[in-house]
Amino acid sequence: MIARLLKRLFAHLDGPLMGLLALLLLVSAATVFSASSGNPDKMLAHLANMGIALGALLLMSHTPPQRLMQFALPVYVLGLLLLLGVALFGVVVNGSRRWLDLGVTRIQPSELMRLAVPMMLAWYFHYKQATLSAKDFFIAGALLILPVGFIAKQPDLGTTLLITASGFYVLYLAGLSWKVLAGGGVALAAALPLAWSNLLHDYQRQRVLTLIDPTSDPLGAGYHIIQATIAVGSGGMAGKGWMQGTQTHLDFLPERSTDFIFAVYSEEFGLVGNLVLLLLYGAIVGRGLWLAASAPSLFGRLLAGAIVLTFFTYAFVNMGMVSGILPVVGVPLPLVSYGGTSMLTVLTGFGILMSMATHKKLVKT
Amino acid sequence: MRPRLINPEEEFQRYRRRMEIAGVMVVVMLLGLFSRFVWLQVIQYDRYHALAENNRIALVPAPPSRGVIYDRMGTVLAHNYSAYTLEVTPSKAGNLDELMDGLAQIVTIEAGDRKRFRKLLAESKNFESIPLRNQLSEEEAARFAVNRYRFPGVEVKARMFRQYPFGESFAHVVGYIGRIGERDVARLEAEGLAANYKGSDHIGKLGVEASYEKWLHGRTGIEKVETDSGGRAVRVLARTEPVSGHNLWLHLDSRLQQVAERVFGDYRGALVALDPRNGGVLALVSKPGFDPNLFVDGIDAATWKDLNDAFERPLINRALRGVYPPGSTIKPFMALAGLELGVRKPGDTIVDPGYFSLPGSSHRYRDWKKDGHGVVDLKKSITVSCDTYYYGLAREMGIERMAAFLGQFGFGQKSGVDLDGELAGLLPTPEWKQRRFKRPWWPGETVIAGIGQGYMLTSPMQLAVAAMALANDGVLYKPQLVRAWQDPESGRIHYAAPQVMGKIPLSPRNLQLVKEAMIDVMRPGGTAAGAGAGAPYLIAGKTGTAQVKSIQQGSSYDARRTAAHHRDHALFIAYAPADNPKIALAVMVENGGHGGSTAAPIARKVMDYWLLGKLPTLSVSEEGAAETAEEAEDSGPTDDTASPLALPEDSQ
Repeated sequence: MIARLLKRLFAHLDGPLMGLLALLLLVSAATVFSASSGNPDKMLAHLANMGIALGALLLMSHTPPQRLMQFALPVYVLGLLLLLGVALFGVVVNGSRRWLDLGVTRIQPSELMRLAVPMMLAWYFHYKQATLSAKDFFIAGALLILPVGFIAKQPDLGTTLLITASGFYVLYLAGLSWKVLAGGGVALAAALPLAWSNLLHDYQRQRVLTLIDPTSDPLGAGYHIIQATIAVGSGGMAGKGWMQGTQTHLDFLPERSTDFIFAVYSEEFGLVGNLVLLLLYGAIVGRGLWLAASAPSLFGRLLAGAIVLTFFTYAFVNMGMVSGILPVVGVPLPLVSYGGTSMLTVLTGFGILMSMATHKKLVKT
Repeated sequence: MRPRLINPEEEFQRYRRRMEIAGVMVVVMLLGLFSRFVWLQVIQYDRYHALAENNRIALVPAPPSRGVIYDRMGTVLAHNYSAYTLEVTPSKAGNLDELMDGLAQIVTIEAGDRKRFRKLLAESKNFESIPLRNQLSEEEAARFAVNRYRFPGVEVKARMFRQYPFGESFAHVVGYIGRIGERDVARLEAEGLAANYKGSDHIGKLGVEASYEKWLHGRTGIEKVETDSGGRAVRVLARTEPVSGHNLWLHLDSRLQQVAERVFGDYRGALVALDPRNGGVLALVSKPGFDPNLFVDGIDAATWKDLNDAFERPLINRALRGVYPPGSTIKPFMALAGLELGVRKPGDTIVDPGYFSLPGSSHRYRDWKKDGHGVVDLKKSITVSCDTYYYGLAREMGIERMAAFLGQFGFGQKSGVDLDGELAGLLPTPEWKQRRFKRPWWPGETVIAGIGQGYMLTSPMQLAVAAMALANDGVLYKPQLVRAWQDPESGRIHYAAPQVMGKIPLSPRNLQLVKEAMIDVMRPGGTAAGAGAGAPYLIAGKTGTAQVKSIQQGSSYDARRTAAHHRDHALFIAYAPADNPKIALAVMVENGGHGGSTAAPIARKVMDYWLLGKLPTLSVSEEGAAETAEEAEDSGPTDDTASPLALPEDSQ
């Protein structure tokens, strides 16, 4: 009886992917424990976040793709309205206007858009799939640029880049012509100097400059990069051992349980640990792409593919930033960093992915 | 553009292809990250490992404990004690005025503390911690500990402090330590000692503290400490223990020193007493003194100015730096010169009319006794201190021979005593005058040099050395303050060997004659008969009177006191017992008048104490009377109730 109930409950989960995610969450628990120097309150909060996010995953896995398709447009419109609200009435925290004060609680609508944008684009291509033309890519592009513009204005460079990436992945998977991709690449390269002087804020420019030469500002912006790189490098082949990282435990690493948690992991588990982590991410992405490709509907394939590729982008940008090859962008390491919102968004995404892959009979192709 | 119908199968194939390309990209990027990790964690590992170790490990100096200075009996003259200080690191402390106001509500902070803090602040670098209050009571330290969170950058530290229990008495000998200044830093760096002073705040500035700095300081240890990013020590990883400085035992006898100091009364002046058997400095007094404890933690500007500008010049060590014409104290040496050079025979006599004139000149060089001493031979010339005898002797000897002979006794050169800042005095020659003034030497200048007047300058230390040479039949020891030192590592005590500076070849007969004359000085008919009266041991002495020269008095003449300060300086040299000398000394009393009446009695009391253990009796009106009465029950230096740290007397 109970066994049957459980079987039904887990019916839409993908076993191998769940196993890989569980391993990653285990890594996360161990690393956050070390990063917070064994603070039980923080650990408990972290486990609670995992629980809630896993609940969301379970819930999403049961949500049929048609239902999600129905939600795509309303959620996108709601998100846009909220972003407009932020632009007009938003609360400024740390120099960025990202939050909307609802009286009861504050929300950050850009988080909603992380899933809403790829969903909207996937829905659009699904809707137009029979008569797809170049015009549709233009419209899809517009649907992407609109929210991204709002978020870039807040400013929030990390979210802007990642939502752009997620939308781009939908366009790419939907078959955006290689000519356009190449042209876009050239245009982007040409626009970079313009963006450098006009679009980026001073502190953002500083972060890029700091990446090129961290020692130019060793106590300011360069400090994070220098200390993180030292932590990674001093981890060596086998690492200093769990809970033994000197950079971590002597307070040299900033933001060590959130954005810079990879430095903690890397210091304590070394190159061997990093290899394990890379393989884990690689396996999750591989399994995810496999599942995405097996989704029966175009909506499912596009959305699932974008979710997996975006997940990888998060991981790549974070590890690149911590190891000093990318500028400091406020991106957590997905499923490892401490923080409920990111955990919830990522696992919700994986819930959708599993739903897409497992609800086969319900959608005709 | 015309919409076209899409073949789902074709669309799916394209999707698959794009997926594969994405998959390849993912693998490439993962490989990119991996190679970055290999670069950081394998290829550059050594560098980052070193940087991380650098981050975490701080080398903290562990300052050594400074050597203790004892007198010959083991009495402590300078020692260390531990106390709490309140220290501020300005770079972490924020607004200093607010900080001090806040602290003042918890611990007592006086205006002087603030002033001194400001001064130290101006001299130091911002990241050093600077003492604001020294010697916090236990209660104050506890009160601060409770309120500590309110004061970032403020700490209570346990520190070692230097203290001089005798205050003024030994200021000029033992000296003092003070905070390391810019000049000290430059010198330490030049000598390559800067590393050993990491963690040390103080350095010897004067006296034995300065001249034996290298021995007293010790070797700084190193503590390897793990620190967090805020610089707070988390734990000690390794420790090289500091090695304490050498403990020093001086030849000085603290009680003799205090007796000598006391018998000076209100006079300014200096006394140097040597042990003629080895050159050990038994007492070295310069009056007035000052409290060396004032200097240890930085003296405030007003007090320093008062001391430095005071008319009495307490900061000047008169024993080494006070140079005066030797006056008649030069006569025994002149007499010896006359005999040794064959210019005079013991029986040669002159008739003293009360003056001397150079041939062909009517200028009269007067004897101190207006009507003269009548028939005077060599012995009498010393006993009554006949000037006329020496005017003639000097002229016949000539200034060059005189300078060469006197030079053997150490005149005109530093004695080499183990203290810094000694002056060499002056033994004039025509050549010197030409160099100095571009003028020729006048014959009259030779005449007055014969009685120790004119250009000749000697310090009390030089006079004491010369007296020692007489007592030793011509053997000169280098005066030494330090008698023994203790190796901090082995604990073994080493003794300073007496150092012979020279042996003056003197005929025993001539010596005998001069010595007998000096004994007669202390007997009825001699110039110091009063001071010699009733002595149960033989004293050989010679009085002297130096005419006051403005150069010693500095610039701050006080008009009201000018008269008193025009009086002559009283001088006296002696050794005793004359048949077996145990002490040789020189006394100089500034504006004391005649040597026989002021300087000789001081010397007598010092010798009485040293040889008989007899404490001086002082008139009731004098300050130290009560103390003396108490101490009178104490016995003299010959008894053996000294502390266990006293050195055995004959353990060379």
